[in-house]
Amino acid sequence: MNSKQNDNYDVIIIGGGITGAGTARDCALRGLKVLLVEKFDFTNGATGRNHGLLHSGARYAVTDPESATECIKENMVLRRIAKHCIEETDGLFITLPEDDINYQKTFVEACTRAGISANIISPEEALRLDPSVNPNLLGAVRVPDASIDPFHLTTANVLDARQHGADVLTYHEVVAILTSNGRVEGVRLRNNHTGEEIEKHAALVINAAGIWGHDIAKMADIKINMFPAKGTLLVFGHRVNKMVINRCRKPANADILVPDDAVCVIGTTSDRVSYDTVDNLKITSEEVDTLIREGEKLAPSLATTRILRAYAGVRPLVAADNDPTGRSISRGIVCLDHEKRDGLAGMITITGGKMMTYRLMAEQATDLACKKLGIDKACETATTPLPGTAGKDPDNPHHTYSTAHKAAKGRQGNRVKEIDERTEDDRALICECEEVSVGEAKYAIEELHVHDLLNLRRRTRVGMGTCQGELCACRAAGVMCENGVKVDKAMTDLTKFINERWKGMRPVAWGSTLDEAQLTTIIYQGLCGLGI
Amino acid sequence: MAEGIQLKNISGNNLEQCLKCSICTAYCPVSAVEPKYPGPKHSGPDQERYRLKDSKFFDEALKMCLNCKRCEVACPSGVRIADIIQASRITYSTHRPIPRDIMLANTDFVGTMANMVAPIVNATLGLKPVKAVLHGVMGIDKHRTFPAYSSQKFETWYKRMAAKKQDSYSKHVSYFHGCYVNYNFPQLGKDLVKIMNAVGYGVHLLEKEKCCGVALIANGLSGQARRQGKVNIRSIRKAAEQNRIVLTTSSTCTFTMRDEYEHLLDIKTDDVRENITLATRFLYRLIEKGDIKLAFRKDFKMRTAYHSACHMEKMGWIIYSTELLKMIPGLELIMLDSQCCGIAGTYGFKKENYQRSQEIGSRLFKQIKELNPDCVSTDCETCKWQIEMSTGYEVKNPISILADALDVEETIKLNQ
Repeated sequence: MNSKQNDNYDVIIIGGGITGAGTARDCALRGLKVLLVEKFDFTNGATGRNHGLLHSGARYAVTDPESATECIKENMVLRRIAKHCIEETDGLFITLPEDDINYQKTFVEACTRAGISANIISPEEALRLDPSVNPNLLGAVRVPDASIDPFHLTTANVLDARQHGADVLTYHEVVAILTSNGRVEGVRLRNNHTGEEIEKHAALVINAAGIWGHDIAKMADIKINMFPAKGTLLVFGHRVNKMVINRCRKPANADILVPDDAVCVIGTTSDRVSYDTVDNLKITSEEVDTLIREGEKLAPSLATTRILRAYAGVRPLVAADNDPTGRSISRGIVCLDHEKRDGLAGMITITGGKMMTYRLMAEQATDLACKKLGIDKACETATTPLPGTAGKDPDNPHHTYSTAHKAAKGRQGNRVKEIDERTEDDRALICECEEVSVGEAKYAIEELHVHDLLNLRRRTRVGMGTCQGELCACRAAGVMCENGVKVDKAMTDLTKFINERWKGMRPVAWGSTLDEAQLTTIIYQGLCGLGI
Repeated sequence: MAEGIQLKNISGNNLEQCLKCSICTAYCPVSAVEPKYPGPKHSGPDQERYRLKDSKFFDEALKMCLNCKRCEVACPSGVRIADIIQASRITYSTHRPIPRDIMLANTDFVGTMANMVAPIVNATLGLKPVKAVLHGVMGIDKHRTFPAYSSQKFETWYKRMAAKKQDSYSKHVSYFHGCYVNYNFPQLGKDLVKIMNAVGYGVHLLEKEKCCGVALIANGLSGQARRQGKVNIRSIRKAAEQNRIVLTTSSTCTFTMRDEYEHLLDIKTDDVRENITLATRFLYRLIEKGDIKLAFRKDFKMRTAYHSACHMEKMGWIIYSTELLKMIPGLELIMLDSQCCGIAGTYGFKKENYQRSQEIGSRLFKQIKELNPDCVSTDCETCKWQIEMSTGYEVKNPISILADALDVEETIKLNQ
């Protein structure tokens, strides 16, 4: 991935989540020499473990007007620059009999103040727009919420950073911050595949490591008080709702249902967890109960819809007080200049915020970096479309394309033209649930930093459908082998992948999901002799 | 878990019960010969999730589905795969039916017209230049032979020759004859009346009978199918009020009215569904209960090979027809391997499907030729056309064989 053996950069960005990827892009676009490092894979933290919701900001309008304003601005920006990652579903804020209908007025007024279009519609109209909505609703407000894919959004940012000269290292973990005379000079990295350690130097280090930013700061003898708040979500087997459905009340647990790709996601819970659990989050039965119970109130049919898996992420909020719920804390952006704050030059931390305000976070961090480096170049990320959205639609409107082509276009956008579809082998499907072709997998392996099946899943959607890897994992492993991965590594990888899929199924392992997991076990353990 | 929320979360969505085992695809007659067809699992439960996201994911390749329902028979999880495929064609297909489809689907209308001038129609449809026009202009394959039209409709025969005496019996049934019996092969209807009368049942026509609509559904005319279905169910309901079971001699009409009406056309049938039954099943059950007895001609000899029509397989009713045939002393019954003959109603008549249709049926045709029976028997009329055209062997409905073998005098005596 990195041809240049250069170890002197203007800026090293730590963290391959959306914030790090976005910051790398912004820095690269402003002409900085950039190195982006990530200890595992892109989107491994909170970026890959949220709703995939492009907030309109309406949710925060009453309680956090500043966040609401940020959201609606970024919402409009992302619709332009990351069109291929967004589905313009719109959202509903519904009032149920147990909610106070008077809140609707407060809500709409607050939205209007924040610049969010919020239209009150009748319950009948809400049901017509989205028949899955709880028919007992008393009222509804339509807002410009949408669905966004954080995996492909991150990939597009990384690609653009690379196209503008950035170097990118995944599976490289920062093990030390190199300092000299009160100034950060670089980082020591450990290759998490080989264990080998290398040093990279830069004038500036930007800490965009999300919740793990706490550890990064510690390495530089700085204290950032992170507030680890766990949020659990459930993925349902198919799309129940057409629009994002929220409750018109103060933000609470499990009150957002988002249609994402071919599934829908309910979340989240919010629980304070201790810092040492962030790498190994456990999902409890009570959380699952809460999510189903509350989800059912938004869309009653969720009660009898198959749950594919459960997952949890940690919000990288910076602790400000002892709020036990973590909800009244501002989701606002925190950009720390450690030179000013701690007397340590050459280091910036960008944290807080939300997945969908990543671009603004990146802009703030890059503005600060440019100021420090004495570079005067304006930010262009709000107007320059990302790869996938940029350029012309490559498809001929008179040609009929395969469903796999259409699905791939939904993920890779206009870059779909780079996927080879010429031979029957390339057109063959690896993943039937999510319509991923061999060609798309090959494209991802060659272009999108894919080392293992987990990476491949995040760049395509292999293994994210109903079968959770049952049929596609071994096919995908085969394609990996054909493209340079050694067989024994692919086998270990396959075991890891299947176990990772099971981890998410386990909290919801009943009914068809359990049956499916059993069949998967029989295929891989019984038939293929894989030691799972 | 205290509230049992998780225990109640059992998917009510049929498509989510699919475990992706792909057994359906292994049993699909189309997948076996057509690599371009995505197969039932992929066309059904898999792609349905994407179609729910956006109708642009509808794939016109789904037209290759025969709706044979063998996938549903094979599915260990009870997923109504073919229903998902057919329903998606109804909901999402943007291709309007072409004149050819409308003509093939309107068996009722075309049948009525053809009956009036049957000898001319039969003679013309067989002519090479006519076949060439049908092939080139209409898209009806030139290799196909249209079933001959009868010069007298079954209904006309019934009203003139049979209706009067039916009230004299003590027990009564209604008969849904279907288009084939009415326009092409009234003999099958006459055979049924002969058997039922012999065992003491009067046979009555429904107040109003329309084509069951199976061809309309297959050709994208579900609105018309729904209207006709409602007429039929209303008539069947009236028959039920008179305590008359509705007998049929076509497995596909039966299956369409019992299952497709509710699953694909949203017609409420649950109150009368059990009143619609195939004549062989009705007879077998009466014999089993000891309510009726059959006597057969001593001189009857026949070696027949039974073909399991797809919709018979789906209903699980093959056993009734074959057990009934086995009661005939002079009959040797050979079971053919259960596989689709490839015609699927109007499917095989279309130029674009002809070759695939014949490939699907090829193993069946080969088996029949190797066995060299006196005739083939099956409960489906379109299988009959396909097998007769492709093998040259005559194909008979079990009811016709039964009627041939029946000793009428003796049977009447036994049932008095």
